[in-house]
Amino acid sequence: MSPLDFNPNDFSEIPYAVYSDDEIYAEEQKQVFQGRAWHFLGMDIELPNAGDFKTMFVGDTPVIVVRDKEGKINAMVNRCVHRGNLVCIEERGNLDHLTCVYHNWTYDLQGNLASIAFERGIQGEGGMADDYDKSCHALPKLAVETFCGLVFGTFSENMPSLTDYFGPEMCSNIRRLLDRDMELLGRFQHGLDGNWKLYMENVRDTYHATLLHSFMTTFRLNRLSMKGAVEVSEGGLHHLTYSIRTQDNDQGQYDAKEIRASKDDYTLNAPELLQSWPEFDCGTTLAIQSLFPNFSIQQLSNVITLRLIVPKGPHKSELTWWVLGAVEDTPEQRAMRIRQCNLVGPGGYIAMEDGAVVGWVRRGVKGAPDERSVLAMGGRDIERKSESRCNELAVRGFWQGWHGLMEN
Amino acid sequence: MPDNVVSLEADAVLLHRIDTFNRRYGHVIDEDLLEDWPIFFSEDAKYLITTRQNHEANMPVGLIYCENRGMIEDRVSALRIANLYEPHSYRHLIDPPVITARQGNELSAQTSFACFRTVQASAPEIFCTGKYLDRIIDDGQDLQFKERIVVCDSERIDTLIAIPL
Ligand code: FES
Ligand SMILES: [Fe+2]
Repeated sequence: MSPLDFNPNDFSEIPYAVYSDDEIYAEEQKQVFQGRAWHFLGMDIELPNAGDFKTMFVGDTPVIVVRDKEGKINAMVNRCVHRGNLVCIEERGNLDHLTCVYHNWTYDLQGNLASIAFERGIQGEGGMADDYDKSCHALPKLAVETFCGLVFGTFSENMPSLTDYFGPEMCSNIRRLLDRDMELLGRFQHGLDGNWKLYMENVRDTYHATLLHSFMTTFRLNRLSMKGAVEVSEGGLHHLTYSIRTQDNDQGQYDAKEIRASKDDYTLNAPELLQSWPEFDCGTTLAIQSLFPNFSIQQLSNVITLRLIVPKGPHKSELTWWVLGAVEDTPEQRAMRIRQCNLVGPGGYIAMEDGAVVGWVRRGVKGAPDERSVLAMGGRDIERKSESRCNELAVRGFWQGWHGLMEN
Repeated sequence: MPDNVVSLEADAVLLHRIDTFNRRYGHVIDEDLLEDWPIFFSEDAKYLITTRQNHEANMPVGLIYCENRGMIEDRVSALRIANLYEPHSYRHLIDPPVITARQGNELSAQTSFACFRTVQASAPEIFCTGKYLDRIIDDGQDLQFKERIVVCDSERIDTLIAIPL
């Protein structure tokens, strides 16, 4: 049975092979990472000046993201057209043009091949073959678009615009959080011991949040009994879930005896950690949004973070967090964000379990490629919206989106 | 005896005291005596675990960020009660300190460390190397951290960090 052989009308049972199979991994590189999706490349504030660059990965492909002299952000494959050496070796920096150190071929900040060392040879001897026209060569380029300071790129030549790809509901949450001058308060990176899709399932899993994360439940940062909803975009690709802390309709379901994660006698010596202010008029205190395939944006009280999970082979992945503040923050607000940041990242009171569970599932499903997970919480359909977050609909949506690309 | 030798000798005593203090610190973490870990800090102490990249870019958020001893104590109770992770332990190797400044009863010191992590039955692995950047209060008898900034050499943490460094 092919692991891709799932019923296209039912994404509620997923073969475990999707997390471990080498062929699926290779296909995914083509269809998802090189294919019809917009990929997060970073924030424009990471590259404030002409010549600022960063290197990263889109799937397995090394990429350079650079601001050119006209102020435009470009992205191109970080692989010299000569013999494949990395053109940029550093993670970040500032350059006038790009030089491959191996044989000194140079590129402009759009990625066009500008010069070949000893192109005409030395004293008339040697030199590049006459049929090699350097003006026809460039580092393969990604199309780049920016929305609310978020820079995305794609290898696909026929993608809808970035905002059409996200759709209006997804765009409005991005605007709500990021349509203002933002400040980068820090980055975290952690290696995870499992397939990238296990992490994306976790991001989209509204069901686990209050069961796995004691800290979240005990301090009522999120309970499924709070008012909220989960939405997925057309075709399942993206999702958004949110809740409002002041409206909790708990009728005893979170009784500490019933739910492991609810610890009623647990208190903090320094409760200022959780001090927050009502930053948004809508009252939203928790919002998690995933943008297909591997990017997510979240607001937890006043911690605003971006997460990107990059595959490193079928069995490993690498997660980067960007922690953001607003330039207009008062010193007190900035201090609150920094304190609340203890909730997220590799050492986050809430986030640490998510990293761990990826490895545990990998180990659990390793020997069972043909067995299937069950994603039937909240039914088997993929409605566009549900007021109940006791639901796996956004995870089913992920598989619908993924399958749609893989079937191409 | 010339002055500089006297001060060097004084330094040697001080170095030894800081070194002992640092080793005790590593000992309570490695031997799972975490309830004693907050005692190393003053009431208003700052404890921060950050990465070299964030530190050098002056970016303030921490992998763990505590502004006072209460927050430091909460890290211990959370990992005892609230958080879930696979059982694991650390083994710190801590270098002798370098004293970088001294003003009144406050010292600044920098110390290199390596921390190995053993997760259940797996082989030990290098979890983190880095440096401690400390501000230490010396009342003549006892030392206490007023600030300990743990700067990890690598930006990348494997899976999670629950136990402090
Ligand atoms: S590989 Fe880049 S110049 Fe030769
Ligand atoms: Fe989670």
